[in-house]
Amino acid sequence: MRYIGIDIGSTSAKTVVMEEDRKILCSFTVPTGWSSFDAGKRIETELQNRLGKLPRQDFRCVSTGYGRQAVSWAERRVTEITCHSRGASFLFGDGLMNVIDIGGQDTKVISVTAGKVDEFFMNEKCAAGTGKFLEVLSGRLNIPPEELDLLASHHTKELVISSMCTVFAESEVVSLAGQGESKENLAFGVLHSVAEKVSTLYGRLAETDRQKVVLTGGLCSYPFFQSLLSDKIGQKVVSAPMARYAGAIGAAMMA
Amino acid sequence: MNLISDLPEVFDTFAQQRKNSFLTVKEFKERGIPIIGSYCSYFPKEIAMAAGAAPVSLCSTSGETIPEAEKDLPRNLCPLIKSSYGFAKTQKCPYFYFSDLVVGETTCDGKKKMYEMLSDLKDVHVMRLPNKQDEEALDAWTNEIIRLKNAVEERFGVTITEEKLREAVHINNQANASLESLCTVMEHDPCPISGHDLFKVLNGSQFKFDRKALAAEITALSQKIEADYSSGRMLDKRPRILITGCPMGGATEKVIEAVEQNGGIVVGFENCSGEKNFGIQVDEKAADIYRALARRYLDIGCSVMSPNPHRLDTLGRMIDQYHADGVLEMDLQTCLTYEVESAKIRRFVTKEKGIPYLQVETDYSQSDIGQLNTRIAAFIEMI
Repeated sequence: MRYIGIDIGSTSAKTVVMEEDRKILCSFTVPTGWSSFDAGKRIETELQNRLGKLPRQDFRCVSTGYGRQAVSWAERRVTEITCHSRGASFLFGDGLMNVIDIGGQDTKVISVTAGKVDEFFMNEKCAAGTGKFLEVLSGRLNIPPEELDLLASHHTKELVISSMCTVFAESEVVSLAGQGESKENLAFGVLHSVAEKVSTLYGRLAETDRQKVVLTGGLCSYPFFQSLLSDKIGQKVVSAPMARYAGAIGAAMMA
Repeated sequence: MNLISDLPEVFDTFAQQRKNSFLTVKEFKERGIPIIGSYCSYFPKEIAMAAGAAPVSLCSTSGETIPEAEKDLPRNLCPLIKSSYGFAKTQKCPYFYFSDLVVGETTCDGKKKMYEMLSDLKDVHVMRLPNKQDEEALDAWTNEIIRLKNAVEERFGVTITEEKLREAVHINNQANASLESLCTVMEHDPCPISGHDLFKVLNGSQFKFDRKALAAEITALSQKIEADYSSGRMLDKRPRILITGCPMGGATEKVIEAVEQNGGIVVGFENCSGEKNFGIQVDEKAADIYRALARRYLDIGCSVMSPNPHRLDTLGRMIDQYHADGVLEMDLQTCLTYEVESAKIRRFVTKEKGIPYLQVETDYSQSDIGQLNTRIAAFIEMI
């Protein structure tokens, strides 16, 4: 028996395959593109390439993420809040923790006990503090989003971008760049803005002082961002390279 | 009262009631029956009834008139206020169109200022609602009810006798009691009907003008539901959600749907579509019927009251009565008083009652359906 977890987010679609004993057999990411249904088809093809043609009775699947409806063959659809909580517990151990998931269009903060959700908050109808904000602004800086972190770590000034609105922040970056601000300082300003917004959301949790705070989602391999976020919330934020798969891992666990 | 028809048919009829009563209100107009429009649960219907007028709820729950309203009103304003004003301005609400008088109350600042603008379009009487519930406020609100009575008498050339008022109070009490009793069918676990079906009846009943007939019809409906339940007609067991917050209906029924399409069931409405609208009775035996009427309306646990203890009392009682597994608060965007109060409600629900609480903020658009579904589905998964 194989357990498949598929997390179709707004930007990338993550897949995790687990073996009978819930060890991870393989994981891969495909860009979601314009249609989650199209991403679902590409995932199906990729799964066949990797696992061969599996008879239907030999695997079970749970889908999650905003595109969870696109996986018609999944046994169940579970929200990313529940899946990230289960996945975070798989990666970082059971017990009390707070999970911060920064996704492409949604950021969530979740209090978790042994994989179970105690409380959660999500950003309202706004891209501030989400991957979308980073994507737009790194585009404006003419660099791929994954270069933001290293660039920001070389900043010479703690530049503040005050606009929370993505569109206004973009104009602010344009005008700051026009005043000769360095790319490094602008990158710092962009990451700082996300950390600020996420820490406000984090502050809504009833138990902000939980010992373990973990970061899942796309920014798990942004060490400089993690240190910024740790400073903002006053707790050490830990992550792991596999934490971007937390949703898919949680889904596979529930399959 | 003939209630042989199947329950789904009954629920559908109630869902269509707002539209079906368009013609009734036109007939009233032709027969010379005065029509008094209102927007809020604070409006003392009994005064209209005692004057021989028909009290009607005015349209305020659809986003279709918001673009027109935004030509005059700020965009960043509660959708209920924008929709109300838009319907009035565009003459798209037949109830507004046929109303001889519109009664508003100084509940929140947005409504208060909107009523000023509405008075350019219609004869508007604004009641000054105190924002406290003490004896002094009761004196003031009693005077406001008497001021409304005088205004109605003068406007329509009628006399509201104490006898007529007491009769109206009795009829309306019975209608409210029947609705309250209908809600108790949701005490059953599993529930006999969906929360959305219950909502259709509660909402549709606001557009039934004959309050006496309404009481009989609702009582018969409750009996039918109970009888069906005894013979095994019920839903499966689901996480039980109690709804609180801003008024619901029309566009915002998407929230009820999100609960029920994601595996939960709505067991009650502690808002103006439910408990706040009919949960309190007027003391019919009171020596001073105006003061009793004032007490009944002033006791509504709306967030415009400060402090607002009755909301917590009612919510606590309903959580127990309906064995709620979670409380979902729906607030309309920029509804200041409900949004601020939600921190207190969250504490009360999670700490004192020990069950999960979720607040969602929404408007009359359908653009947040995906986000609503994710939040509400995750909330139900928690339970």
